[in-house]
Amino acid sequence: MADNNGVVAVYGNGAGELSEPSKNLATLSGKVGLARMLRGGVIMEVATPEQARIAEEAGACAVMAVEHVPADIGAQGGVARMSDPALIRDIKRAVTIPVMAKARIGHFVEAQILQAIGVDYVDESEVLTQADDQHHINKHNFKAPFVCGCSDLGEALCRIGEGAAMIRTKGEAGTGNVVEAVRQVRAVMGAIRSLRTMDDDEVFAYAKKIAAPYDLVMQTKQLGRLPVVQFAAGGVATPADAALMMQLGCDGVFVDSGIFKSRDPVRRARAVVQAVTHHTDPKILADVSTGFEEAMEGINLKDSRTERFARRS
Amino acid sequence: MAVGVLALQGSYNEHIAALRRIGVKGIEIRKAEQLRGVDSLIIPGGESTTMAKLAELHNLFPALREFVGSGKPVWGTCAGLIFLANKATGQKTGGQDLVGGLDCTVHRNFFGSQLQSFEMELSVPKLAEKEGGTSTCRGVFIRAPAILEVGPNVEVIADCPVSSEQLKVAIPTSDGQEEKEFTNNRVIVAVKQGNLLATAFHPELTSDSRWHRYFLAMVEEAKEEATPSEVMVKYDLYGDGNDRAKKPYDLPIFE
Repeated sequence: MADNNGVVAVYGNGAGELSEPSKNLATLSGKVGLARMLRGGVIMEVATPEQARIAEEAGACAVMAVEHVPADIGAQGGVARMSDPALIRDIKRAVTIPVMAKARIGHFVEAQILQAIGVDYVDESEVLTQADDQHHINKHNFKAPFVCGCSDLGEALCRIGEGAAMIRTKGEAGTGNVVEAVRQVRAVMGAIRSLRTMDDDEVFAYAKKIAAPYDLVMQTKQLGRLPVVQFAAGGVATPADAALMMQLGCDGVFVDSGIFKSRDPVRRARAVVQAVTHHTDPKILADVSTGFEEAMEGINLKDSRTERFARRS
Repeated sequence: MAVGVLALQGSYNEHIAALRRIGVKGIEIRKAEQLRGVDSLIIPGGESTTMAKLAELHNLFPALREFVGSGKPVWGTCAGLIFLANKATGQKTGGQDLVGGLDCTVHRNFFGSQLQSFEMELSVPKLAEKEGGTSTCRGVFIRAPAILEVGPNVEVIADCPVSSEQLKVAIPTSDGQEEKEFTNNRVIVAVKQGNLLATAFHPELTSDSRWHRYFLAMVEEAKEEATPSEVMVKYDLYGDGNDRAKKPYDLPIFE
């Protein structure tokens, strides 16, 4: 079914039933369509309007407004919450590209606030302190599209079942170390690969095993990929990292602390954007990787003192 | 011959899939040399500032302007429309580079941000006349631009009503000195000018292939007008990005 004649899939809030043509793009299918315009792009985390302008100038396709970048949250400890709406409004005024903002896992009121101030996407983020340790937000209740983190296929499909319109890997934000993001992308892609060759009768038990909705597992099997846009995130620090995630099969890249914590954010931002577009061209990758001063100081994850954001789910 | 699709960012995969559905090969274009091997180009939706930056960094603007000027058919959707316009308002601070060629004024993000994205049935009698089907088509507007005014040689193919809650926008007058308020209750969302086609919405996100067929009809017409002495040379520069064996599967169309 996923041959290249263009599969026409019908989506009805994950319930698997036919729905009428939507006039309002706030159905899940509409929200997924919105995210497709971000494909092949880089989304950068910015904490000030000036950083947002630098990101837009460098070619970012969207910015993520944060009060503190993940590297600082880890260092400071305490509770990390949604940013001040005034900051988000300032960043929105500063740029013409989409602006995303983070809400705590399960904190649907933070999401309502973000939707009310008009952010383009809400990121239900494990980098902030969890507000609900059992349940995520029911994203079907919102007009704004959501992006959620995942570390394997089961989590990804659960988030999509709850209404996420875009998925990213959790990686290990704020470390500048891409190993976790790679591991998670491979986990998702690898699971999809084995799912594709699985006998249809076995999918019931597989869906139970990965604790994901059966309909979404079947749809993933037919499509050969997640039914939503999938970005990589968490620890991308260099142009080569970004191209690696693209070649592994992601649709685009989030860069959190990697740009504005480095010594030369303007050049680095531009280099990552070029690396994502030209991810199959090693000559251009070589050009954009040369001549940088130090990248952000990374954290080696084998150090037992570092807390792992990705464990929060 | 294959159709080129500018693959700097955005919905290029969607256009290539749409072309594939009607049996035409789409080639991803990322460098100026690659433009020599195609005789038509689609500029997809996405972020026009991102595409402009990448085009500038890789020196694509001269090649794109030459392509447009040579009379080869070019179709811009959404961000592509902004690229082709001669004048654009609502730009980021510092402005952005445009390819130009389409005699119109376009306003970026005219309808607002993501939450104001919408879908509507557009009345397109001219499309139905050429390509058949119903006289309406499904228009998917995502942070869409709108065309505020057009020059005399531009044919309007579709327009759409502006709601009363629409924020007022100002357009610069032709002498560039003042700005007047835009007061029409309809904006133009699809135009054709000679070899250029531009839509503010995204046909590539629907299963309606009439727009792609309409564009291919333009390509056929342009080929007929080409003098027989033109030599078509095939450039084999596509080895890197178009290895289908490694390409991931694509997203479906949602109806």
